[in-house]
Amino acid sequence: MSPTGVGRIGSVFAEAKSENRALLIGYLPAGFPTLGESVALVEAMCDGGVDLIEVGLPYSDPLMDGPVIQQAVDQALSNGATPQSVLTVVKAVSDHGVVPVVMSYWNPIEQFGIEAFAQELRQAGGAGVITPDLTIEEGQPWIAAAGSQELAPIFLVAPSSTDERISRIAQVTQGFVYAASTMGVTGARDRVSNMAPQLVARVRASTDLPIAVGLGVSNGAQAAEIAQYADGVIVGSAFVTAANTGGVAAVRELARELAGGVHRAR
Amino acid sequence: MSTTQADLETHLSGHYGPYGGRFVPEALISALDQLDAAFRAGIADPEFSSRLVDLERDYTGRPSPLTRARRFGEHCAGARIYFKREDLNHTGSHKINNVLGQALLAQRMGKTRIIAETGAGQHGVATATAAALLGLQCTVYMGAEDTRRQALNVARMKILGAEVFSVATGSMTLKDAINEAMRDWVASVDSTHYVLGTVTGPAPFPEMVRHFHSVIGRESREQIFAVEGRLPDAVAACVGGGSNAMGLFSGFIDDPDVQLRGYEAGGEGVDTGRHAARFAAGTPGVLHGARTYVMQDEWGQTVPSHSISAGLDYPGVGPEHAWLHDTGRAIYESVNDSEAMDAFALCSRSEGIIPAIETAHGLAGVIRLGKELGPDSVIILNLSGRGDKDVATAARWFGIELEHSEFGASIELSEGR
Repeated sequence: MSPTGVGRIGSVFAEAKSENRALLIGYLPAGFPTLGESVALVEAMCDGGVDLIEVGLPYSDPLMDGPVIQQAVDQALSNGATPQSVLTVVKAVSDHGVVPVVMSYWNPIEQFGIEAFAQELRQAGGAGVITPDLTIEEGQPWIAAAGSQELAPIFLVAPSSTDERISRIAQVTQGFVYAASTMGVTGARDRVSNMAPQLVARVRASTDLPIAVGLGVSNGAQAAEIAQYADGVIVGSAFVTAANTGGVAAVRELARELAGGVHRAR
Repeated sequence: MSTTQADLETHLSGHYGPYGGRFVPEALISALDQLDAAFRAGIADPEFSSRLVDLERDYTGRPSPLTRARRFGEHCAGARIYFKREDLNHTGSHKINNVLGQALLAQRMGKTRIIAETGAGQHGVATATAAALLGLQCTVYMGAEDTRRQALNVARMKILGAEVFSVATGSMTLKDAINEAMRDWVASVDSTHYVLGTVTGPAPFPEMVRHFHSVIGRESREQIFAVEGRLPDAVAACVGGGSNAMGLFSGFIDDPDVQLRGYEAGGEGVDTGRHAARFAAGTPGVLHGARTYVMQDEWGQTVPSHSISAGLDYPGVGPEHAWLHDTGRAIYESVNDSEAMDAFALCSRSEGIIPAIETAHGLAGVIRLGKELGPDSVIILNLSGRGDKDVATAARWFGIELEHSEFGASIELSEGR
């Protein structure tokens, strides 16, 4: 029997923990710059040492994303990306032996049909979904649909979240908690936010789930810094920039550098 | 139907039936909670309310008159048409009502900077004005396409001391300006309040913006009783996001005999795909923090809207309008560019009032409505804004040579273009 999505995410974190290291999580939008190239890019991430892949579902109004990812999803959309492209990339990642989760703004999932989306994602080998604009108050139907397919509903916490909210978010989240390191949109920053360690500590106090930190991580040194206290390090915009400047080779190289940072951190 | 109790319940949870709610990044939740608390405390605080009422009277110039439009009414099958003159407010539109309320709340929350999105520029001008009045920093996000067609308002905002940020992503219109304002707010929320300009967005914005515009409906109700001794048969307004309409509707929503009529932008025609007719051609979805009617494709990607009027050029609509539409309490129709521009010219020529092109959509609707309801009917139209900002667009539409105006270019009222 194949393990569930929630179980597969749990296993990757458990394996990394047994090696006393954090997980490296990489993001790229499906269909960027084209569907074929995006499959090659995520395979390069896998080969370079990314442990878990976030496949982005391109959306016309990505209000939590900075300019780098905005341009990438615009490009993917003008090249015809659809939810089907996401499922294709998810399947490629899963077939490559790496666990894929989807990262999607809410409206495309609602329009696809939430039960249908959960079902097709599971069939494609997806393990969970990160929903950056779905609050837990509006998320009940999705939590139920994901649960029926044993997919992990992954919610975000932010530095501005109260302890009480963090606890409620952690109760309905499965797989891992996504801790947004800073108040702002996605994109590389010179230095990792000083809010991140405190946020991770606050989440730690209310759940045993693994905690992954994202927003603003772009190089091995930053990844190593976060890997000292978080269970996972999420990198997005930097992979998009690498794909833009050096294609598959640059993405594989960046994955190696980041994986190196994560592995030597502790 | 009576919606009083249902309204109360839905407002409390930020929902209007299945619409509304909060679909935003978690980082904004604490700011929305803070805003919600400040709003409720503010409107319960006599000092806050009296400060707002004083500003409305002494600064905005409220109450705005209710003007009988006799000559325009002749083109509406002789119906008794009244204009609620929000165009006479300081800054030239209804937008100032909401902005003063929110700017006072920003001060109350200790925030030193306000930001806003703007389409036609009226909300941006109102926000820049309130910032100047209260000594707040101000940044206004405006689509690059809109900065071009509303250049006069860009200049006004800059003169008032605001920074105007031209947004060149996506369709370069109001939708993209909102995305950019939200991105600013996520990163600046400690010092900054986002003065959202219409009854859209995450709770509590739709309820709060309606509240600050409800003065339009309250005054209209008193004024129509004073002149007609009865309720109107219908109240009408153009609907972009829908704030001027909600302001007027709110005064009559509990009077089941008063029809609520909204007019959205039909652009070049609903069948051309180049329009902003959310109710005619949109479906329920989530956009900019709320569930509502959205112009979208089968995959949930927002479809760019189109209208000659920058203020109506938006692919979503306020969630309470979505609910009023579904329950049948309000009726929404679309008015295309040429019909609106005919009404623009007719209002200018018959009443000596140059309306905003947004408002002209409501005027065109009222011409239809008068014919529907007949000569004895009483109809109030929210004359939501004045048309100074639209002079260049109108001159282009009517073929008026601005540089050779001494030749006295004439406008053919019946032919539009």
